[in-house]
This record gives sequence, C-alpha cells and structure tokens, in this order.
Amino acid sequence: MSTAKFKGKWIPWLFLLPTLVILLVFLYYPVIQTFRLSFYRVAFLGLRTKFAGLDNYINLAQDSGYHHTVWVTIVIAAAVVVVGLAASLAIAMLANQKIRGASVYRILLIWPFALSPPVAGIVFLFMFSPGFGVVNYLTELVIGTELNWLGNPRLAITLIIMASVWKNLGYNIVFYLAALQNVNTEVLEAASIDGANNWQRFRKVTFALLSPMTFFLLITNITYSFFDIFGMVDILTKGGPLDATNVMIYNLYRDAFEYYKTGLASAQSVILFLLVVILTMIQFRTSGRQVHYGG
Amino acid sequence: MSLSISRNTRKQLLTHIALIFVVLVVLAPVLFALAKSTQTRAEVYHFPPMLGPGSAGLLNYKIVWHQFDLGLYMKNTLIVAGIVMFFKTIFSMTAGLGLVYFDFPFKEFIFYFILFTLMMPTEIMIVALFNLVSDLGWGDSYAALSVPFLASATGVFLFRQHFSSIPADLADAARVDGAGPMRFLWSILVPMSWNTIAALALIQFIYMWNQYIWPLVIIRENDRQLIQVGLRALTNQQDTTNWGYVMAAAILAMIPPMLIFILLHEQFTKGFALGKEK
Repeated sequence: MSTAKFKGKWIPWLFLLPTLVILLVFLYYPVIQTFRLSFYRVAFLGLRTKFAGLDNYINLAQDSGYHHTVWVTIVIAAAVVVVGLAASLAIAMLANQKIRGASVYRILLIWPFALSPPVAGIVFLFMFSPGFGVVNYLTELVIGTELNWLGNPRLAITLIIMASVWKNLGYNIVFYLAALQNVNTEVLEAASIDGANNWQRFRKVTFALLSPMTFFLLITNITYSFFDIFGMVDILTKGGPLDATNVMIYNLYRDAFEYYKTGLASAQSVILFLLVVILTMIQFRTSGRQVHYGG
Repeated sequence: MSLSISRNTRKQLLTHIALIFVVLVVLAPVLFALAKSTQTRAEVYHFPPMLGPGSAGLLNYKIVWHQFDLGLYMKNTLIVAGIVMFFKTIFSMTAGLGLVYFDFPFKEFIFYFILFTLMMPTEIMIVALFNLVSDLGWGDSYAALSVPFLASATGVFLFRQHFSSIPADLADAARVDGAGPMRFLWSILVPMSWNTIAALALIQFIYMWNQYIWPLVIIRENDRQLIQVGLRALTNQQDTTNWGYVMAAAILAMIPPMLIFILLHEQFTKGFALGKEK
C-alpha cells in the first residue's frame, strides 16, 4: 500500500526507539545469553562457570529422565489439543445457533478466557483432594472406591489434562465462535439442497471452512502445554507423582532454580526455543494470521 | 399450531436445554469454589460434602484480604498491570505510526526484528532474564516486574495492521493542514483506534494479572509479590490449609480479569478483526 508518508530521517526511529530498546535488552539479549549459558557448566551453587561445549546437550540426549519429560509433554499437549478443541468446537456450534438469549449463553461459556492456570489448578486441587474432595465423594458413591488422583501417575496426568481443557475452553470458544460467524450459510444451504445430511454438512463444509482456525488453535494449545501449563503443574502436582506430570517447562524450572544447574536448564531452554521456532515457521507458512495472542 | 412451528419450538427447547447443561458444567468448578468460600472450616470438611452457601458469609474473604495479604498482592498486580498497559499502548502506537507512515532505511529489517520476538516467550529465557534483572539490581521492585514487558510484537502489529486499514487520504489531508505526526497521531489515529486499544488493554491486563513463573523467581520480598504467587503460598501449607480461605482467595483473584473480560470482549473481537476475513 502506498500510504502517504511523513518526512523525517530521525523521527521514525524516535517513534520506534522505546520498543526496539526493550526488545533488544529484555528479549534478544537474554535469548543470546541463554544460548551462551547452554555451553557452560555451573558449579558450587552458581559461583563458578566452566566451558563445557556440548556436554549439557549430550547429557540431555542420554538422560532417560529427560526423555520421559519430553514424552509427558507430548502426551499432555496431544490430549489438550484433541479433547479441548473437539469440546470447544461442539460448544461453539451449539452457542452459534439462532436462539433467544444467545449473547447471554456466549458470555456464560467464554468467561474461562480470563482464568489463570494457577487458579484453575487450585480449584481442581481442592475438588480432587483425597479424603474431603467432592469428586472422591462422587466416585465413592458411583464405583464404591476413592481414586487417588494425586498419587496415581495416570490419574495425575488425567487431572492436569482436565484442568487444562477447562482453562482453555474460553479462549478456544471465542475464536471458534468468531470463525463460525464467517461460515457462509448459503454454502450450507446449497449443501443440504444437494442432499448432504447433517454430518456431511459439518464435515465437508463447516469443518473444512474452519480448518485455518483449528490450525491456529492447535498451535496456541500446543504452546500452552509448553509454557503456560507451568502454573497449573506447580500448584496441582509439582511434577509428581514419580515425575508423571513433569513437563519440559517444569523440569527446566527445577533444574534452574532448585538445583542451580544453570547450564543444563539453558540447554533445555534452547530445545524449547527451537520447538517454538519450528511451530511458528509452520504457522507462518500455512496462514496469513500471524499474531500470537499472548504477550 | 402447525406442525412446522412445533418442530421448530422443540428444536429450540432442546438447544436451550443443551446450552444450559453445558453452561452449568463449565461453571461447576467456580460455583463449587464460591460455595466453599462462604463455609466455615467444619462445613468445608463436612461429610458428605455441603454444596450450598455456608454460614461464614464474607468472613473468609476478610481474613484472606487482611491476614493473608491478598489485598497487598492485588494492589501490586494492579500497579504492575497498569504500568504495562499504559506504556505498552503508547510504545506500540508510536511504533505502528513509525512503520506505517514513514519510509526509512532498514525498515524491512526492523519489521523482522520485531516479528521474531513472537518466538521468545519469557519462559524460554527465564534463567538469563533472571541474571540480567538481578545484575541491574532490580530484584524485588516493580521495575523487575514491568519493564521487561513494556514492548511486544503483538502490540506493534496490532496497531500496524489497524493503521494500514485507515484510508491514506487522511494522512495526506493532515499533512496539507500542516499537522505533524504527533498531532496526526493524537487527533486522528487515537480517536479511530479505540477498539484496538481496548483489545490490547484486555490481553495485556489478563497477561499481567496471570503472570506466575517470573514473579515466582524474581520476587523474594512478600511486599512486592503478585497475586498468582500469593495464591501459591496459601495452598502450600497443605496440612493446616483452610480450604475455605483458599477458595475465597481464588474467587477474589478471578474477579478483576473477569470484569475486564466481560466489559471488553466485544472490542477484543473487533480489535483483532476476528469478525471479518481479510
């Protein structure tokens, strides 16, 4: 676009300066430092550093504990994406019906947008607590026994997934509702005149037209499992039991701030960074919408 | 009553029932927390569980507000969120102005320089950022909590996208009138940007209100702690925890972002141009 321009050699730089300085000092510099730190080993509680080459990366590559951490992250991300997006899309389609009070229903469905992972974690922690949690009372009634949600590895992972799906509902529904409003009803009508049944209309028309949004949400939900999930894990399970919910970001945090293995933690940061770069590249390639709605 | 109407009504009724059911399921954890936040300790641990309002009224709220410093944490978080919202809006707006209404060398480079920061969430550089901010001597200060977040690609691109959609004649007319870029920004762009400003304010507020890992590692003094980490302290005394207090605190912590979201979610949809394909 050939927008009319103002003249001035220094003025545009002046306008951009605050942003550029902040990004340079508080984003680029720490990222570069992270790469540098990942080649060092820190000893004596962070008092001495020693160049270690690729040692930190080799350690991670050989550490079965770290492999487990990556696996846990993949499992949680996959479940959050599949369960969360399916539920969100179903709810969004229901809320998209022409019905009296539709806007009230919408508000009542999208408010979890404002929830934080720690708050979601706290409420779920209480509901699923052994002994007095309300969920255990229900399982006691229905299946005659209590389930140890925080002590059993599989149940703990399930708990993290359920709380995450709940927390992400609002965000996913907001975006799906917006996308559904762009679905052309004429196409749907044409499809039903051509004899398509409900399921075919959904799959061939609605779902196909929504696929860019589904892809966008796929990426943001994966990103959630990489980073934002930290607060929930820290509150609900602290990575346990037996590291069952020890996702990559939680493992990184513990190595950095509980065991003071700065180099090892930085190497994990670099791995996460590369994963984000790959995800972002895929996103840029496949869609024009390139805004990350986080910070 | 004709057949088609009754079928239609029945479908409407079923949709209402389905929606009410889903709304209740989604709300259930919060309703549960709300009920427990009004119960006394004995009521909280009562068996079978009591799911209605308890007899403690607002007592738990008063106790967490005063004795467990919830008021302090919320004040700190409001201050930090306010600083970030204010400066980030201004910085993003002027950056958008520079990118859209000026030509200058290395413009493309600058564009990508900003764009790439989308791939750099705080968590990725948490160790190095911790070292940097500690070396600056900012530990336990509002500066540590706000300055690293005063600029973002999201903000810049939101305004850049919005300004690009404003007709070019406007800038021309302003220039003919002899207005400089600051006047142009203030008297033409700002009045046309309220949806974008509101959208950015909303995501910034929620983003800052929900900050967790950064205050957890950088803040040692309770006096400067933010709300989410404050909640963590409440749950950490597991054995002695009074869950009535914890639920009251969780409800309090939900209120401000929820209010802002309900107030601004329509502007958010418009500001992100979600309503229309481009």
